[in-house]
Amino acid sequence: MTNVLLAQFSDGKKLTAAARAARSRNYRVLDAFTPFPVEEVTELLDLPPSRIKCAMLIGGFAAAALAYVTEYYSAAIAYPYNAGGRPLDAWPAFMLVPFAVGILVASICGVGTFLFETGLPRLHYPLFDAQGFDRVSQDAFVLALIRPETADGRNDVMTLLQKADAQLVEELEL
Amino acid sequence: MTTATMTGGYVAPAADEHWTVPPAREPDAVNRLVSAPLLESSLWSWRTWWIGVAVSSALTAVMAVCIVWLFIKGIGVWGVNSTIVWGFAIANYVWWIGIGNAGTLISSMLLLMRQKWRASTNRFAEAMTLFAATIAGIFPILHLGRPLYFYWLTPYPNTMTVWPQWRSALIWDFWAILSYILFSIIFWYVGLIPDFATIRDRAKTPARRAIYGAMALGWRGSARHWRAYEILHLTLACLGVPLVVSLHSVVGMDFAASLMPGWQETIFPPYFVVGAMYSGFAMVACLAALVRWGFSMKALITVRHFEVMAKIMLVAAIIMGLSYATEWFTAWYGGEHSDRSLVAFEFTGAYWPMFDALLFCNVIAPQAFWFGAVRRNILAVCVIAVLINIGMWLERILIIWNTLSHDYLPSMWRLFLPTIWDWLLMFGSLGLFALMFLVFVRLVPIVSMHEVRRLVAEENAG
Repeated sequence: MTNVLLAQFSDGKKLTAAARAARSRNYRVLDAFTPFPVEEVTELLDLPPSRIKCAMLIGGFAAAALAYVTEYYSAAIAYPYNAGGRPLDAWPAFMLVPFAVGILVASICGVGTFLFETGLPRLHYPLFDAQGFDRVSQDAFVLALIRPETADGRNDVMTLLQKADAQLVEELEL
Repeated sequence: MTTATMTGGYVAPAADEHWTVPPAREPDAVNRLVSAPLLESSLWSWRTWWIGVAVSSALTAVMAVCIVWLFIKGIGVWGVNSTIVWGFAIANYVWWIGIGNAGTLISSMLLLMRQKWRASTNRFAEAMTLFAATIAGIFPILHLGRPLYFYWLTPYPNTMTVWPQWRSALIWDFWAILSYILFSIIFWYVGLIPDFATIRDRAKTPARRAIYGAMALGWRGSARHWRAYEILHLTLACLGVPLVVSLHSVVGMDFAASLMPGWQETIFPPYFVVGAMYSGFAMVACLAALVRWGFSMKALITVRHFEVMAKIMLVAAIIMGLSYATEWFTAWYGGEHSDRSLVAFEFTGAYWPMFDALLFCNVIAPQAFWFGAVRRNILAVCVIAVLINIGMWLERILIIWNTLSHDYLPSMWRLFLPTIWDWLLMFGSLGLFALMFLVFVRLVPIVSMHEVRRLVAEENAG
């Protein structure tokens, strides 16, 4: 169980400023919930690099290679025929299928890795019970901080959030 | 944005940066405007929608009857003959797949070029892509004399030990369309996930909340999720551009890889890609006008959107004109008798009125877009866009009719006379498209809310 402080802001700039202030005093920023991507906050979270592009690259090339092998096997080994002396392995003509299939499989791998990295689909999440969290998908910006253990720390964070113009602060157990 | 923005060496004027109009300049106003057709449907009288559904359902039923009749009697019900073996079916296929290209171009290419105005048009443009590409995919199967064997296009170990002919442009076609349709579904759905979450959180009935909630996969707008989403969306866009260009190049190659006069031209792949973009943008302009009118989206789809789309159509019209001229020039300059004779046939043969109409619709009429007043007049943009779509259809049908009616062997020269089944199937496919689009506007947010929210926030911050 982690005790979390949720602070709601009216725009992304205030949220970013609050997150910066919290970090500068060594409070841990757990996550931010926003109606559209706010890049400055994402940078503050120190997230590990995403594997989405890597998975897409590997998946795409693997699928393209498999498609080419299928073409080569069927045209040069399983059913070879000589049409006017044209090469059995006609690589320029064979390029389109691996290309199209490679892109398709790369996109499927991308979505698969996206779901793996985000933990979706997960239809319910404890934060959904927080007050006003349904506004996050609309126009609210919510910052999630780990609640400090000490009373002093808690007071300090509360002052910090109020200074940063938080509209609503709530505690929640995750 | 108050400061001038550098876009590829061109410094955009700062005062001209807004792509939304005041009622939609607050994030929540965007949500309200876009979700209203789904969640507050009582705000509208749906009479026009129901009339649209009735007409398009009737046309879809006509299409179904045509297909059943075709399957019972064979392709003899069409006007095809032993000379013009590709009639309406392939022309319709090329026309629909062309329209199906613009959605991905708007979504991917304009995203990569940081064109912000795409935000309020990309969703229904992508829907258009999906529906048009699906309809396009039906026609090649219908035109097979034995459509039940269409699965022979796929490589699978079989007792006949035969395999697809990988050197054939028709096999490339199959793979390109299949990949494109599936890719478009993925790209479309990924972009929809955050918007389904918005609808989930605004929904008032438990059933809607459950359905949209399931579609949103539990999206909660976390910064981690947004980062993954952005990486995925941008990478998919990077893959979408070459895919869409290759798809229509392959459609061009269906013709260019043959040995026929008027088809065997190296210009075909790029010329087809531009033609596809052209007809697609024309269709997007028409749909944008319909969506704007039907759902009171004047604040999100502005006159400026029509102005930029008109500019794109104008550029495409010029490129199309140059392509036609290049074809005529190479036919003359190459000196090949059959090529020269084909060009003469285009201008003076049996189909000349259609050819002149094509040149008027595709090259001459869009020149009106040179005038700002025309570009800013939505009705004028729509009329010209419809003309462009008619012109592009004529172009596709004439590419087939002219070459096949007038190839190397004069004893084979014949004309194509469409039958009632050709026409019914074509108009039926328009009905199916309209029906899918009408259903789409009732079920899915027609404008990408999260992208417009971001646009509005950036514009307000500026």
